[in-house]
Amino acid sequence: MKKTCLHDKHVALGALMSPFGGFDMPIQYAGIVEEHNAVRNAVGVFDVSHMGEVRITGPEAKKYVNHIFTNDINVMKAGDVQYGMMLYPDGGTVDDLLVYKVDENEYFLVINAANIDKDVAWINEQSQGYNVKVDNQSEYYAQLAVQGPEAEKTLLNVLQIDATALTFYTFFTMKCDGEEIIVSRTGYTGEDGFEIYAGHDVIIAMWDKLMAAGVQPCGLGCRDTLRFEVGLPLYGDELSPEISPIVATLGFFVKLDKEEFIGKEACARQKAEGSAKKLVGLELKDKAIPRHGYEVLQGDKVVGYVTTGYRGISVDKSLAMALVDREAGALDNELSVRIRKKVFPAVVVKKKFYKKSYKK
Amino acid sequence: MSKIIDGLYYSETHEYVKVEGEMGYVGITDYAQHELGNVVYVDMPEVGDEFEAGDEFGAVESVKAASDLNTPVGGTVEEVNEALEDEPGLINKDAFANWIIKLKLADAGELDGLMDAEAYRKFIGE
Repeated sequence: MKKTCLHDKHVALGALMSPFGGFDMPIQYAGIVEEHNAVRNAVGVFDVSHMGEVRITGPEAKKYVNHIFTNDINVMKAGDVQYGMMLYPDGGTVDDLLVYKVDENEYFLVINAANIDKDVAWINEQSQGYNVKVDNQSEYYAQLAVQGPEAEKTLLNVLQIDATALTFYTFFTMKCDGEEIIVSRTGYTGEDGFEIYAGHDVIIAMWDKLMAAGVQPCGLGCRDTLRFEVGLPLYGDELSPEISPIVATLGFFVKLDKEEFIGKEACARQKAEGSAKKLVGLELKDKAIPRHGYEVLQGDKVVGYVTTGYRGISVDKSLAMALVDREAGALDNELSVRIRKKVFPAVVVKKKFYKKSYKK
Repeated sequence: MSKIIDGLYYSETHEYVKVEGEMGYVGITDYAQHELGNVVYVDMPEVGDEFEAGDEFGAVESVKAASDLNTPVGGTVEEVNEALEDEPGLINKDAFANWIIKLKLADAGELDGLMDAEAYRKFIGE
């Protein structure tokens, strides 16, 4: 099992540790609810060093990234970040990722921990015939996510990083202890916040400063409740080789008017013909909690399954994202979820259960 | 260190039974509530339901996961702790005061197969 450079710190803080994406990661410190609320109401810091980083350089970097990425990087300026997916030719999802544009010939890709080996192999394979260099820098980079309405102030006061000029989904690089680090206004919580990529020593020093300043350490437990409440997908649950971004209703990030990219034809077909399945939001009337894998029914017929479900923390309701048959997934449709031995009524709702508070 | 109360009976799945006359109050231990974290829902049976020792009678859910509840002793449900419907977090505040079901014990002899406080303390390694 892999460890991040902050592993010893988490253990010393008494975190509950658990395997995630091949890493032994902190799930919670003070408790999921407390950490979740810290991010919604103030600020919290996550060790997300398990995430992978791949740098693509070369004269054909732009053309190549556009070939493997669903979003349209032609509109990006240097310093912009974009979210999107890499797809298989059948539209299934290799991974969802962030693309940072350093310049026309250099892009920085941030991928999911569990997919690093698979993605790097995929990126290398597809790069045949393109004049690019693929550099997997996942071992070099550690990463912190500082998230919450007080994140900007925290960066300034605790880390002496003035990120006030950054707008949502932009980044800059700066020198820190002689090393070039990356700071972006991005995150996975639905709140304002930043992600910082740097070498291990710099990240450890930053973590220590944040702890000394009393910033709440946050585990992957609340990272999941936070992203869920604002309807963000988790690879493995809402996106997978079997779930295309069209099925996951993430078509906004799939630019079908782009000249070409792997998976374009499949996505265009799914969009035109309607995919068999669709990812929807469900709201239960009862307090029972739908969990990953539970059956979703329409009448007596199983029409799908829950991909993620929680008793909301910022929203006091039992909620789920579920992959269901397209016809069953119409807004306001009345379905039900089997929870242990009982069946609970649920209604199809938009899967943004809680309003995002990004600083645009 | 978890709170453990003398005089109660304990199961390996971290339920306790507090006996009063022919009634047994079943809940989860302080150790269990701590391991679970914030309890956000308790799935309870109906009054009148009958269970045998070891049967699943409901579930206690934290933010992250659902854990089955197994009754350490058999019996008929006389009462469920309705306060937990509105405030499941009471289990985190005091797991022993906030029992989950009250059973009319079918066979008090079953209690002999359970751990006492001292054995349970060893069991959880404290």
